[in-house]
Amino acid sequence: MIDWTAIFSNAAQELISPTTAAYALAALGLAIHFGYTGLLNFGQAGFMALGAYGYAISILTFGFPVWAAVLVGVGASIVFALILGIPTLRLRADYLAIVTIAAAEILRLTFTTNTFASVTGSASGLQGYKTGFAELNPIPPGTYGFGPFTYNAYDWWIRIVGWSLVVIFAIVTWLIMRSPWGRVIKGIREDEDAVRALGKNVYSYKMQSLILGGVFGTLAGMIFILPRSVVPANYQTSLTFFIYAILLLGGAATILGPVIGSMIFWVLLSFFSGFVARAVAAGWLPFMTQVQAGQLRFILVGVAIMLIVIFRPQGIFGNKKELAFVK
Amino acid sequence: MEPTQSVAHRTRGRWLILLGILVSALTLSGIAASPAVADEASTESSEQEEFEYFFTGNVTFEDEPIEGVRISVEGGGFEAETETDADGKWRIGVPEKTEYEVTLDEDTLPEGVVVEEGQSTITAEFGLTSIKAVNFFLGEGQRVTTDFGAQVLIRFINGLNFGLLLALAAIGLSLIFGTTGLSNFAHAEMVTFGALMTLTFGVDLALPIWLAILIAIVLSAALGWTLDATIWKPLRKRGVGLIPLMIVSIGLSLAVRYVYQFLYGGSTRQLPGATIPSDIRLGPVTMSWIDVASMITSVVVLGAVAYFLLRTRIGKATRAVSDNASLAAASGIDVDRVIRIVWVMGAALAGLSGILWAYFRPGVSWDMGFQILLLIFAAVTLGGLGTAFGALVGAVVVGLFVEMSTLWLPSDMKYVGALIVLILVLLFRPQGILGRRERIG
Repeated sequence: MIDWTAIFSNAAQELISPTTAAYALAALGLAIHFGYTGLLNFGQAGFMALGAYGYAISILTFGFPVWAAVLVGVGASIVFALILGIPTLRLRADYLAIVTIAAAEILRLTFTTNTFASVTGSASGLQGYKTGFAELNPIPPGTYGFGPFTYNAYDWWIRIVGWSLVVIFAIVTWLIMRSPWGRVIKGIREDEDAVRALGKNVYSYKMQSLILGGVFGTLAGMIFILPRSVVPANYQTSLTFFIYAILLLGGAATILGPVIGSMIFWVLLSFFSGFVARAVAAGWLPFMTQVQAGQLRFILVGVAIMLIVIFRPQGIFGNKKELAFVK
Repeated sequence: MEPTQSVAHRTRGRWLILLGILVSALTLSGIAASPAVADEASTESSEQEEFEYFFTGNVTFEDEPIEGVRISVEGGGFEAETETDADGKWRIGVPEKTEYEVTLDEDTLPEGVVVEEGQSTITAEFGLTSIKAVNFFLGEGQRVTTDFGAQVLIRFINGLNFGLLLALAAIGLSLIFGTTGLSNFAHAEMVTFGALMTLTFGVDLALPIWLAILIAIVLSAALGWTLDATIWKPLRKRGVGLIPLMIVSIGLSLAVRYVYQFLYGGSTRQLPGATIPSDIRLGPVTMSWIDVASMITSVVVLGAVAYFLLRTRIGKATRAVSDNASLAAASGIDVDRVIRIVWVMGAALAGLSGILWAYFRPGVSWDMGFQILLLIFAAVTLGGLGTAFGALVGAVVVGLFVEMSTLWLPSDMKYVGALIVLILVLLFRPQGILGRRERIG
């Protein structure tokens, strides 16, 4: 009746999919912001959009090589972080939340408007930027892999690059959080005034953290667009909320949390969506249409966010002593 | 003091160097881009578009194509616009197969050509195919052209109307923030709730519209009561911090919004009377009686809220809790009761605001509240977080700004201006227009 093999193999594919890698990296950036520094950044979707558009526009409009396009995206997100941080990092945490969410929406609306359609592609978005990246692929053409994990050379190349970046930046995060810089950052989360009393420039540290996590988000935005095209509708605030769900699920102030959290999140979501869609098709849930089945995942994520925050605020890997929200 | 300062300077120096390297790398990369690469990339960018569904059309007058006519499509939370090409043809891709409103901007037609009366906006839906032709019937005639001054006046009235309905929602949000400290992201769903309930009772159950609106407001108030009783009060009793509470409200907002979509579908539906003609003329401004009724309702209700806060015992208690909850509790005010009243009132105001928003847009859809959530937050922040009258002033400023900005900005960018103003205000006056400095601490 229901094709269980397809459900399980689709779910298993999410384990190493580039989307999972992109969400993991974006969540890692958010872990630096929220988990370690205590900054409420609700504009991670904006950083990802900058990565995606910075990369695609550099290549399509200006004809930059891949490395330069990556730098443009990263540069844009540094400027974005400075613009966000200067007015808000001196203020209370919820101001940053409102400003970041507003700024991410400003970016999305600017990318969506028809005014700049010749550069941004308006609501239809951009595509055709993948050649440069595909040419760097050292894997000879062909199909590799086993079972559900059988992909062609380009698909493997995206996965290898995506997950290598995740591993590299997870190690970088682990190292810097053990360093004196990381201890100051965690100190700011626990008690900003105490850190200020020690003579540290809290404002500057927060800004550095905002930039670093934002750059992670930008690189995640670039991984995100490699298997698909750039569409502005992907960068709505619900993208940020999904990343928050991953971060809270794994544990906000952990390294493994965002990475494993992303894998668990996508495998479960794929399993759930696959099951419900097929159950509806098989007539098991007569009160639901296929379209409604697709909306269930958002309801599920919303409820999951609430339950995790209320009942297990430290997430799967977190330590209750290292809660990101003390206040 | 001395050594720590030098450490701070050194880190900042290092940081600046890093920035410098990046900036120079960026400029270099601009030079390094070779023309060969550029050619390749431009051939690569094909004309393919992302969307499956298209509206197309042909704007001609007496068999002559008209170029540069602006056509816009709106519906299902999606907006796009385009201009006709040299052959008078246009084409807009849309993401979903639902109902859309296709509008021809009469101002972009040449002199002496008009769209037939009432035909400049066409509601179109896809049939079995993924391409739908929408054609406008043009005729000879003289448009009543409005000069810039009249435009400003029209936008001003519209903005005032929009600002007042925003104020209804913003005051509730601000009172909830003031008394509980919660930045309630689920406020948008309370706005949508009012409109959806009016739709259910006024259209699906075909009750008279005044009764449907009344029921919707009562149900909104009941929703506020229920939310506080089942979620927020227990969480306050558990001693959950403000930031986790805010994240809970985000989860709630996401879940409830998609429950609405699950139950009501993704389409936009109209309340009775939402599309009646504008037949009240005040100089250059034409309004429908719905617009007038909407503004009068907002002003009366806002006046009542002001009276409640300033003159009644419970209103004074509300302001006291807002100022300092512990002190209010110590002076014998039942803080939990005040908070419950604030939730009920805030939800009822949000519901009313949603009904007015449904007439202003016009249309009821599952995410209509979420579309103005950031504007409500902008209003509250502009006025000063937690001050009820600040929210009123902030909302009117935001409403006016959004509408007036369409004089210069393309209409799909009108929210951008308001959000940029929000950031600028935080830069120069973070406590907001009416806020006090110590609140931002």
